[in-house]
Amino acid sequence: MQKANIQLETLTCPSCLQKIENGVGNLNGVDKDSLKVMFNASRVKVNFDDTVSIEDIEKAIQDLGYGVKRSRVKTA
Amino acid sequence: MGFQQKVLSNKNQITLISGILIVIGFIAHFGFSNAAVFNTTFIIASILGVAPIAIQAYQALKVKVISIDVLVTIAVIGAFLIQNYEESAIVTFLFLFGSWLEARTLNSTRSAIKELTEMAPEVAFKQMENGEFEEVDIWDVDEGDILQVRTGGKVPVDGTVVIGEGHINEASITGEADPVRKETDSEVFAGTILENGTIQIRADRVGEDTTFGKIIELVEEAQDSKSAAERFIDKFSQWYTPVVLVGAFLTWVFTQNVELAITILVLGCPGALVIGVPVSNVAGIGNGAKNGILFKGSETFQDLAKVDSILFDKTGTLTVGNPEVAESKTYGDADLALSYLASVEGESDHPLAKAVLSELGDIELYPVDNTDVVKGGGIVAEVNGSRVAVGNVALMEQEKVKLNAKARKDFETYEKRGNSLVITAVDGELKALMGIRDQIRPGIKEDLQAMKNLGVKNLVVLSGDNQGTVDLVAKELGLTNAIGNLLPEDKAAYLKELQAEGEIVAFVGDGVNDSPSLAMADIGVAMGSGTDVAIETSDLVLMNSDMSRLQYAIGLAKSTVSNMRQNIIIAIGVVLVLLSAVFFSEWMNMSIGMLVHEASILVVIVNGMRLLRYNLKGSKDFNEKEASVVTEA
Repeated sequence: MQKANIQLETLTCPSCLQKIENGVGNLNGVDKDSLKVMFNASRVKVNFDDTVSIEDIEKAIQDLGYGVKRSRVKTA
Repeated sequence: MGFQQKVLSNKNQITLISGILIVIGFIAHFGFSNAAVFNTTFIIASILGVAPIAIQAYQALKVKVISIDVLVTIAVIGAFLIQNYEESAIVTFLFLFGSWLEARTLNSTRSAIKELTEMAPEVAFKQMENGEFEEVDIWDVDEGDILQVRTGGKVPVDGTVVIGEGHINEASITGEADPVRKETDSEVFAGTILENGTIQIRADRVGEDTTFGKIIELVEEAQDSKSAAERFIDKFSQWYTPVVLVGAFLTWVFTQNVELAITILVLGCPGALVIGVPVSNVAGIGNGAKNGILFKGSETFQDLAKVDSILFDKTGTLTVGNPEVAESKTYGDADLALSYLASVEGESDHPLAKAVLSELGDIELYPVDNTDVVKGGGIVAEVNGSRVAVGNVALMEQEKVKLNAKARKDFETYEKRGNSLVITAVDGELKALMGIRDQIRPGIKEDLQAMKNLGVKNLVVLSGDNQGTVDLVAKELGLTNAIGNLLPEDKAAYLKELQAEGEIVAFVGDGVNDSPSLAMADIGVAMGSGTDVAIETSDLVLMNSDMSRLQYAIGLAKSTVSNMRQNIIIAIGVVLVLLSAVFFSEWMNMSIGMLVHEASILVVIVNGMRLLRYNLKGSKDFNEKEASVVTEA
């Protein structure tokens, strides 16, 4: 299991949250319960396993139209 | 970058162009009555403007979310189909312009917290394989790396000094302005500043694991934490948007009036409702963070605003925390006994022992054997062949020391004057009595009064000290209740009792021995220098151990909660007024609806921003106090 901490471009609408929650949460291999999309901090925290990579998660967010600034992955 | 991203990233330019087109269109219409130019500009503005909104709507639908973008897109397409280009252009423009303004103002509400997070170190000089130090991004530093910190530089991680020495200003962690000397094997903390010298450190904890990182994480999570009310609003808006969509559709089916149906779509947007509460929350937490108060979440605001009782753990919170021997007395020939006393106290690191030693000063010492610490009593030991007991009355009774009426009278008087007693007996005979007292913190009386004025009913001190000391402090400070001789578990039990009576209870402690009470209280308040225990078990951290912050926190919590309420009322009020206007008035249309909506969103954001400027009434002496702290430092 790995732990990702992804810094996004500034989020401005709360409905973005729901989109990112659904978009990332529905990826295979993502631990949905650990998913935290932080509106004010513009940050996503999530745990995931080997079936999915950090690049997949970043791409899912970018496909929704939100920029990813940087991300940090740690083994949990 | 795909077409979609390109459109989205140029949203601001699109907004500007569509705004200009609309102005040209109006000039053509009213100035020159030129219908062709009017229509063309408005059609272009509509198509251009709806593009980013439609893309966002499409992305939302892809992940099964019916967002505001979906409602607006359908409304604009509807307006376009019935050839109402004026409405479609103006609505898209207002929506885009509104989001731009929202982003700008939101940034201001977040500014206070941003200032804090920007204090976090961003780069480090890391030792590379060739032994040279190179500047790297803080995200590229791992535990075990050797880093160099130069004069004026920020310590990038929590670590240990391996080479070098210098003075570090740790104010960002401890609130202490005096630089601390560091040398090999000293611990250093991320976010502190090396004022002189150069050191090399080994990274022990990096990023979020550092003390500073934890503080930032705490604040960041707090600003995004949701109260029960907020979670309700979230759930509500998740259902609300689809309901508006269905409502508009039904209106169209039954009335065949496209204009009315799309107007309902726009009016039903839940904008201000969704953003109102988070905005108040982030501004309140930001204000707190700037003033050395860390709120752990928006639930803390709700609880603290309603707090009935505040319980204090006396040591270090109401007093200076530097006990001194205030009066003393000896019985019979006591010279040797005082030497024994000093010898025994030398074995202890109890604060009372320190006070005794500094009172006795230079005195002959003897070797001490068979030291036995009696919990809640004192110390018994063997010195120079004599059995020496140092402690309170209970210990003396346990040791069967002869206590005549006069001695007992002395104990009573000392306790009444607020002393903790240190009694010395040698071989069962009473030899010396010392009364030790702690000073009350300056300004605390006014702070407590301010809390009462803010509606706190009970101020109670719970202490392990004797009842006399506790009573004196209580009397001097005007507390409602004072209980002494308590163990940590007794404090937790008392707290539970109050909670059972339905009171909202805050517990103020130093965060180490009082963790059970801190965790159990509705609001655990840690007076602290940001130690891990304090941060983890409490709901509220007062960074500089400054009690005046507590009353500030209560006032801020009250303002934040009422600010949230105002925002909810504004948001719901606007939707109700708009929807009733559709049915009962002639003047309502899509553009006006969108304008009012965007305006209401800005109103709640600006209302939230007022919290950033919140300051206690009578803030004058608050500032004065702060100024005096600075001069002392």
